Amino acid sequence: MSADDLLPALLQATGETAQMVFWSALLTLLLGLPLGVLLVATDRGGLVPAPAVKAVLGGVVNVGRSLPFIVLMVAILPFTRLVTGTTIGTVAAIVPLTLGAVPFYARLVETALRGVERAVVEAAQAMGASRVRVVARVLLPEALPGLVAGLTVTVVALIGYSAMAGAIGGGGLGDLAIRYGYQRFDTTVMIITVVLLVVVVQLVQSLGDLVARRLSHR
Amino acid sequence: MSPSYFGYNLPVIHVSRLRKVYETGVVALDGVDLDVREGEIFGVLGQSGAGKSTLLRCVNLLERPTSGTVTVAGQELTSLDLAALRRARQRIGMIHQHFALLSSRTVAGNVAFPLEVAGVPRRERATRVAELLDVVGLDGKASSYPAQLSGGQKQRVGIARALAAHPKVLLSDEATSALDPGTTQSILALLKRLNAELGLTILLITHEMHVIKAVCDSVAIMREGKVAEAGRVADLIATPGSLLTREIFPLPEPAPPGSVTVTFAGQAGEPVMSSLVRRFDVDVDILGGSLEDVGGVPSGRLRIRIDGGKRAEALDYLRERGLVREHGPEPVDARQPEPETGAETVAEEAR
Repeated sequence: MSADDLLPALLQATGETAQMVFWSALLTLLLGLPLGVLLVATDRGGLVPAPAVKAVLGGVVNVGRSLPFIVLMVAILPFTRLVTGTTIGTVAAIVPLTLGAVPFYARLVETALRGVERAVVEAAQAMGASRVRVVARVLLPEALPGLVAGLTVTVVALIGYSAMAGAIGGGGLGDLAIRYGYQRFDTTVMIITVVLLVVVVQLVQSLGDLVARRLSHR
Repeated sequence: MSPSYFGYNLPVIHVSRLRKVYETGVVALDGVDLDVREGEIFGVLGQSGAGKSTLLRCVNLLERPTSGTVTVAGQELTSLDLAALRRARQRIGMIHQHFALLSSRTVAGNVAFPLEVAGVPRRERATRVAELLDVVGLDGKASSYPAQLSGGQKQRVGIARALAAHPKVLLSDEATSALDPGTTQSILALLKRLNAELGLTILLITHEMHVIKAVCDSVAIMREGKVAEAGRVADLIATPGSLLTREIFPLPEPAPPGSVTVTFAGQAGEPVMSSLVRRFDVDVDILGGSLEDVGGVPSGRLRIRIDGGKRAEALDYLRERGLVREHGPEPVDARQPEPETGAETVAEEAR
């Protein structure tokens, strides 16, 4: 690729990656957070004990977690078409990215919520707090640093997945690296995309760490 | 044993035939009756595993009893639906061994929490929080986070939080067990002060006798899920062979032959020992003793041996003053041979 073409191509690819990661991360947060709360709440001895619900949710999450992303992506192509009307392009890539990341983040949410001292939850219940209040005013605020750290890990994983999504026409940096760096032996493009991906991941992780630290008062 | 009271106040906490059997089959509470009168500090003493923690958690129904009833301030909690129970819980404060504060909130935020639950408007909350922090001696710490406080300060936050919604009753779950002795004393003093100034009824559980001695008006001693003994501390100390006296004033067991154990609570004014020697011409030997200040009353248990002279009359003298509670086996003293048929006249009450 000529130097004149390189910059616009990189910018476009970076934009596509950002778009895929941002929207899938947002959807993951919106879906994964309640799912994680449900996993904890339906536990035996949880806020709304429901072992059957817990077993089903846990099973679904485990299925999602056990599929390699590239398999999941291909396997749900019909679903993707149903939702977005297409199976290629950046928007289509957001569907498998979200479905891959939701179970992952839900487990991280579950772990973070379990880290909240049981005594604190009981203290709130002893004060007459309702279950909704316990979740909204005790569990989530107390687990916030862990929730942010989990989201950071999820975003980093999504950046990785998004490169694979490029393989089915999702575009983005991964797509650029494969088409030019790999298939056309353009080492320059390969190196630049690798460096770019490393820098982005570092930035995301540092930002996530900073926010989590700021939020923690332990 | 069902507790009997000589007081005139009505029970503000009434626990009746409470049983709690866990799914594992463990019987944590095996038919517990308890009455806590308004305005008193009631201590439940027991080793870990005796069921005291389960009992306390049953009082605000954090734990559902298997059977039995719990009534607090005239309301039978065990018959309420969840919404009504939540409202009732707002009137029952609770403090915890490990404080159970929200680490994500400041001191003021923690104290405000129960007020939010109770739907108190923001402005009133701020006023009440400032007032409470002043009461527990934490003004100036409002915007600190719990992690920045010492254990004693954290428990003060816990107490302020528990008092926020003007509860009638305060439940204390080993509130001083995680604190050092000096801090424990200051927290106990604070509880005592709140009890006196606000008329707050306090039900506390502890495994530490010194907590009972320092602040409790009444006590229940729990063993294996049952109340083994209950009553006013002052009455139990004056009760022959009560568990409480044995636990407060430990003496080596078994008592040696010929010994007599004298228990007293607050009696003074008459020099008993010297009267004994003068009037009955006996030798008095002190074998052991234990003295304590129980709720401001000097009390103790003294094991003595009385020899020679009019020993029997000397013992009568002690009994008449309600001092002799227990005695050892028959004396085998060569100077004072006693028939083995039990001529010892100290016919003692049940132990």
